[in-house]
Amino acid sequence: MGIYLPIAEISVNVFVLLAMGAAVGFLSGMFGVGGGFLITPLLIFYNIPPAIAVATGANQVIASSVSGVLSHMKRGTLDFKLGGVLLAGGIIGSTAGIYVFAFLRRLGQLDLFISLLYVVLLGTVGGLMLVESVNALRATRSGAAPVLKKSGQHNWIHRLPLKMRFRASKLFVSVIPVLGLGAGIGFLSSIMGVGGGFIMVPALIYLLKVPTNVVIGTSLFQIIFTSAYTTLVHATTNQTVDVVLAFLLMAGGVAGAQYGAKAGQRLRGEQLRALLAVLVLAVAIRLAIGLFVTPPNLYSLSAAGLN
Amino acid sequence: MRAPNAFATAIFLSLLAAAVPAKAQVPMTEGIQIGLSTDNVSITAGFSGADLTIFGSLENPDPLVARQGRYDVIVVLEGPPKPVVVRRKDRVLGVWINLDSETFENVPVSYSVATTRPLQDITEPNSYKQLSLGASNLYMQPADPGDSPATIEEFTAALRERKSATGLYSENVGGVQFLSQNLFRATVRLAPNVPVGTHKARAFLFKSGLFIKESSAQLEIRKSGFEQSIFRVAHNYSFLYGVFAISLAMLTGWLGRLIFRRD
Repeated sequence: MGIYLPIAEISVNVFVLLAMGAAVGFLSGMFGVGGGFLITPLLIFYNIPPAIAVATGANQVIASSVSGVLSHMKRGTLDFKLGGVLLAGGIIGSTAGIYVFAFLRRLGQLDLFISLLYVVLLGTVGGLMLVESVNALRATRSGAAPVLKKSGQHNWIHRLPLKMRFRASKLFVSVIPVLGLGAGIGFLSSIMGVGGGFIMVPALIYLLKVPTNVVIGTSLFQIIFTSAYTTLVHATTNQTVDVVLAFLLMAGGVAGAQYGAKAGQRLRGEQLRALLAVLVLAVAIRLAIGLFVTPPNLYSLSAAGLN
Repeated sequence: MRAPNAFATAIFLSLLAAAVPAKAQVPMTEGIQIGLSTDNVSITAGFSGADLTIFGSLENPDPLVARQGRYDVIVVLEGPPKPVVVRRKDRVLGVWINLDSETFENVPVSYSVATTRPLQDITEPNSYKQLSLGASNLYMQPADPGDSPATIEEFTAALRERKSATGLYSENVGGVQFLSQNLFRATVRLAPNVPVGTHKARAFLFKSGLFIKESSAQLEIRKSGFEQSIFRVAHNYSFLYGVFAISLAMLTGWLGRLIFRRD
């Protein structure tokens, strides 16, 4: 069944989008990530203009994050204060990102920039995760006990000024790296249409030493608001949010996420991370190929005077 | 959501007998008329392209010339003019990047032609140029005339090629048929991505390769339906639209958890 997307101005198949949403939702539920980093490239592969894929991706991320946050709130694994500071940074980063986005679009370099960012980020994160999880898998197979990070361990980040106490996370840390992390994620959210969970989660765990149990809930909490802000600004400055497209993806996504979460419980952590790493790398490679392959049309048209 | 397959638009023939009463002794010059039964066409969301039929008539045709088939008609449906940027990708360190670009002013978004015979059989290339008739003869005005002629030519050609490849510029040879000595029917192609706005239908009459007369009519193409309302809201009330998109996402997330909850 075909449906016409009002903003993207193309006809697409409803079932393809629902299935895409469900598949990504399943994976995001399984791995505890928002899935924006999969949705946006998939939409681009499906010929949705990148600018619309990004803005709509950000909108879609809200739904999956709300769904996830609700279950974390019930379990009490959410640090509102930490989330709030991350969010303040996120708003700053996202605002900057929107301007860069509109500027690149005027230059005609937006598509390239989005692809490049995806290749670099997904390639790095996927590569690191793969190495880490393969090592962990090997260690468990050889019977050695996994090396646990001691919570008392400190790094340079903990020597920065302007310290603040985050009770729920049992953390006493400078607000500078927290704001900075939030800003970085906000920037990526507006340019890539991702929630940024796949960067936020490892950063909170490894850089800020936030206890793992509150990380996902807190990250999802701040992602809701950063994505909401991003969606709003994209809607007002670029008019690139397609609600019909977003709704189809969300509908499939929230259903898939709940089943994915269930399936995820049956797999071990390292296996899960190795699988996610392979997936992330595959998307990065597919996008990288697109950059190097001779395009079928060297020339492209776009409306002039686009802001 | 079903696409209408064709739009028939009819005209009211300005019958020659009624239109030209007294001057019968002077050899009349031929004229051409087209008329549209409606001045606006609404396309729905699932629009997948269609044929638009335009009827028209010749005024005072010479029966002899008509019998020999020496009258030719070209009908053009021209979309609203818009500025366009043409970009060319080049390889930089192995990666394809948009490098050069050229902006053109007032490029018709769409341009569908229907003719009685192949264009080259109707008249000389020069008269097409003078009339700026046919996709390959349309004058594309560069925004920066200072660019080298070779560059402008290259990007003009690319612009035409892209427009034809996406179906926005099309040519329907044999799309104009004479139904009688005076009456003709033209079928122009509306691409699935036909732009909304004021389109101009123009008919050109040629007699033995000579341009005689032109007639034009306006046609408003609109999108209708639910999707178009969304588009309008997104552009006119973008803040509210953004708030709506966010609320919808939050509601979907919340409902999704209620309905599909598995923990």
